[in-house]
Amino acid sequence: MGLKDKFFKKSLWLFHLSAGSCNNCDIEILDCLTPKFDVERFGMKLVGSVRHADVLLVTGIVTKKTKKRVLEIYEQAPKPIVVVAVGACPCTGGIFASSYNFAGPLDKVIPVDVYIPGCPPKPEAMLAGIVKFLNKK
Amino acid sequence: MGKEIFYFLIFPGLLFSGVVGGFLSWFDRKITAKVQFRQGPPLLQTLYDFVKLLNKETILPEKGSRFTFMVAPIFAVFGAAISAVLILLPLLNIETGFAGDLIVIVYLLNIPSLTYIIGAVASANPLASVGASREMKLILSYEVPFLLVLTSIIIKANMTIKLDEIISYQVQNGAFIGSLSGIIGFIVALLCIQAKLGLVPFDIAEGEGEICDGITIEFSGSTYAMVNLAKYIMLFILPALVVGLFFGGLNFANINILWSILKVVLVVLLLTLIRNTNPRVRIDQAMKFFWIWMNLFAIVSVVLAIFGL
Repeated sequence: MGLKDKFFKKSLWLFHLSAGSCNNCDIEILDCLTPKFDVERFGMKLVGSVRHADVLLVTGIVTKKTKKRVLEIYEQAPKPIVVVAVGACPCTGGIFASSYNFAGPLDKVIPVDVYIPGCPPKPEAMLAGIVKFLNKK
Repeated sequence: MGKEIFYFLIFPGLLFSGVVGGFLSWFDRKITAKVQFRQGPPLLQTLYDFVKLLNKETILPEKGSRFTFMVAPIFAVFGAAISAVLILLPLLNIETGFAGDLIVIVYLLNIPSLTYIIGAVASANPLASVGASREMKLILSYEVPFLLVLTSIIIKANMTIKLDEIISYQVQNGAFIGSLSGIIGFIVALLCIQAKLGLVPFDIAEGEGEICDGITIEFSGSTYAMVNLAKYIMLFILPALVVGLFFGGLNFANINILWSILKVVLVVLLLTLIRNTNPRVRIDQAMKFFWIWMNLFAIVSVVLAIFGL
């Protein structure tokens, strides 16, 4: 593991992208920033623009309308970027898998690094997922 | 010539003020975390952020002027580093022989904000343009009260516009914060540098919620690292300037070094606490606040200074 990788892992800036979710996972993501879970101690913070992002948190099934937007946001992000599928919907499609406007789970649209299942996943589950990813590479 | 380059690149300039500013930036985030009962980032967080940004891909705008976009953050760092040299040399009691440096400092301190505006407009992003126009309005608002406070300081220091002499006057006759006009002037100057740094009540130009980081929206990778470096330097030198103007400067002889560090940290702590206890204001509220209330206070400070209070 080089110095470059080490510094990258110690300062992950999160950008949050909703690809047609029910807002439940989005609320749980915001829970990670509260004093109880405090992701800033790992150097993570929420940024407003995708140009500053290191991690793309995608929630919701990718619908036919949002597929184009998800691709566009992914192309706008500076590389290297980690894509995290938060919740059952972007991982598999969940209960909406047979819906008429379902455009495939997220990994059919853009490459995904971390899957965090759950409807919605607990903040603990999200932290555990990110930590597992950091220890892997 | 060699000495000037050393001043600019290493000791009070780029390297030193960048490192101290990075530390103060960490301090700011840590205090914010403590205020919210969180643990906060580790000590070297600013270094991690900076090196990571340098290693990331830099995306240039497809439309708009790419050269201006790339050069603007570098000029921001230059402006911040030159003003760091001019502010810190008198504070450290190194003779510059430069009469009237206070006026040059006022001009140089505007360079970072102006280059952000130029860079944002060159990126051809509509949200960046909104941020740039807000930043322009903010500069127009805080400049007048800041100049009035400097006027009151100049009157109190027997009409000298040399930072060196202002500090030595305070060393002989007591710091300006001890007088009534000094206290009022300090409050105005503190709020003005809050706006200059773009901290929370006045971070209108980069409201994350509404205009997605506004003025810095298109900067990525090493250009954003340069913007951040300029911000770290400004976070150090603006409190240092306030310490020089109101608290009688710094003194690095034996035990006084602790007292000097404490003075700078105290000003940054006040900025952080203001940032943590206030919501963001709208641009019209900010302009009204500076043009009516802060100008009023600054004029009161000038009048009191004329009467010698």
